[in-house]
Amino acid sequence: MTKRERRQFFTGLGFTSLWIVGLGLFTAYPVLASLYYSFCDYSILKSPVWCGLSNYTELFSDDLFWLSLKNTLIYAGVSVPLGAVVALSLALLLNQDVRGRPLFRVLFYLPSIVPLVAASMLWMWIFNGQVGLLNWVLTPLLEPFGLTPPGWLVDPAWAKSALIIMSLWGTGNAMVIYLAGLQNVPRELYEAAEIDGASGFRRFWHVTLPQLAPVVYFNVVMSLIGALQIFTQAIVMSSAASGGTGTEMDGFPARSTLFYTMHLFATAFYDLRMGYASAMAYVLFLIIAGLTWLATRVSRDRLN
Amino acid sequence: MVYALLIAASAVFVVPFAWLVVSSLKPIEQAMAMPPTIFPRAHYATIDGERIEVLIDYTLPRAGVVADAIAGDQAGRRVLLTPEQALARPAELRNAHRVGAGWIRVTERLAQAESAATVPRWDVVPPEAVSTQIKFRWDNYPNALAALGGAADPKTGEGGVSFWVFLRNTLLVCVLGVIGTVISNAIVAYGFARVRWRGRDAFFAVTLATLMVPFPVLMVPLYGVFRELGWIGTLLPLWVPAFFGSAFNIFLMRQFFLGIPEELSEAARIDGGNEWTIFWRVVLPLSKPVLAAAALFHFLYAWNDFLAPYLYLTRKETFTLSLALQAYQSQNGGVQWHYLMAASTVTILPIVVLFFFAQRTFIQGIATTGSKG
Repeated sequence: MTKRERRQFFTGLGFTSLWIVGLGLFTAYPVLASLYYSFCDYSILKSPVWCGLSNYTELFSDDLFWLSLKNTLIYAGVSVPLGAVVALSLALLLNQDVRGRPLFRVLFYLPSIVPLVAASMLWMWIFNGQVGLLNWVLTPLLEPFGLTPPGWLVDPAWAKSALIIMSLWGTGNAMVIYLAGLQNVPRELYEAAEIDGASGFRRFWHVTLPQLAPVVYFNVVMSLIGALQIFTQAIVMSSAASGGTGTEMDGFPARSTLFYTMHLFATAFYDLRMGYASAMAYVLFLIIAGLTWLATRVSRDRLN
Repeated sequence: MVYALLIAASAVFVVPFAWLVVSSLKPIEQAMAMPPTIFPRAHYATIDGERIEVLIDYTLPRAGVVADAIAGDQAGRRVLLTPEQALARPAELRNAHRVGAGWIRVTERLAQAESAATVPRWDVVPPEAVSTQIKFRWDNYPNALAALGGAADPKTGEGGVSFWVFLRNTLLVCVLGVIGTVISNAIVAYGFARVRWRGRDAFFAVTLATLMVPFPVLMVPLYGVFRELGWIGTLLPLWVPAFFGSAFNIFLMRQFFLGIPEELSEAARIDGGNEWTIFWRVVLPLSKPVLAAAALFHFLYAWNDFLAPYLYLTRKETFTLSLALQAYQSQNGGVQWHYLMAASTVTILPIVVLFFFAQRTFIQGIATTGSKG
């Protein structure tokens, strides 16, 4: 390097020095250490003992691993597309020439910044089978059909649905992003389409959607990564619903809310099997990486 | 048509909030009442000459007699008898008065503190004598916050933690985290955006790649690191890492810095400034929007965070609000819903207030972060 280049190099290093430490200590080291632990028997009390692939092979025969994976995939698979549809619909509505748009935007956005623990308490209360608001509303609606509303958080068939519904309440964040994206679509494109005689729906399909595609794609991927790691709501709600029997990691009722990160956490910090938990973590990592890669391929094909 | 949909949708979004606040202001029996009422009410009636708050028990199906028994197996208590029973034992009864069908039995409503020791008085009064008004139970809030900390162990005297401690812990983590976030990420992002150096872009690519790493992968070794440092059980793991940069904020700020005209830097260089002074005097003052956005979002993130406190904190005195709330709910046998709603509202309120003061920064911040693919 020339003298100038060398000086620039050290300047750059100087500015990024904090991040070099941060990246090394809080990201790179844990990523590598986790990989190592996943091939070991490790409880934090003793040093790790190499055991090769046995953690991974045990994973694949572990019923709870598959159950937690299934629960998580169901939750993510429903809540993410549904959330995107809701957020996009609201954004489309707000994109029309409406008065009071700022007010509506606030009302939709506010729930998404509420602390998750507090929101969980509220929704537990709303979903309460006997005295909850939702069932009070649903009962007269279902009676003519001879149906009764479910117990939600105490019913294994409905607990995940309750969590999904709660997640829809928090889509205001995505809505704001989509709204900004919609407002960035150039007017000329719509005008050109109108001149060509395109109807409202065709304008949406051929102008709006393609313009919005990158934003939607980015958000859906981020939501998916987040949804696959669901933790807080599930813990708070399942421990309350179970009324104090068992721990909050059980996934009450009947393990229907046992999600991947919960099971991982319990394995690491309750069973103290950190090697095994690290293997689970890497499987999650691979799943996320795989899904992201898949989404990139799909979007690249569609966008072209 | 659009308006109808919007109004319907916003109603669905707002109703939970409204229900939260309304439930938090009810007494427990009204909170749990089915069918639910919207507003909390208080009923008043006159018992023994005193107009007091009462609970409504039931409506009398038949006429009867209410008297105080001074003898017999119910001596010392007020009794409700049929007229025939009353006629049979006049000597044992005092203050006997007829009560009609359709009259209402009401019981004195005691404050929670008194209810253990005192026997509540009751009477049967005509329906017109019962007045009802809307009464918000504001004292649910101090009671809930006191309950949040838990009662002190009567034997050892320890364990009772004030709500203010939880608030202080949360504010500490949030404020220190914000300071760390703004300072460290601005400096690092400048290095990636405005200094040309060997390996910079490769390093930045690696930085972006780390965004894909899920937290569970980092969780166990990070816990180990903090354990080695002796930081488990303290608030340190919650805010110290903010002083060492975060990939997302680096990306955000770098994006912003790239948009600042190079001529400004050049001018400062000609005047003899080095990179640090350019950063400090030229770039940073122009970066208020992105710094404000990063500060705001980190504050929000730290305030709402549950996983990190759950993982790293052990003693109640160190708990943040989110963790304290969850611990409160999980420890009690019967859930005190109205207290839980009050405590939840308290953790939500500062965020709502913050939002109203910083609305523009919020909305603009999200719009720019989300739109960049």
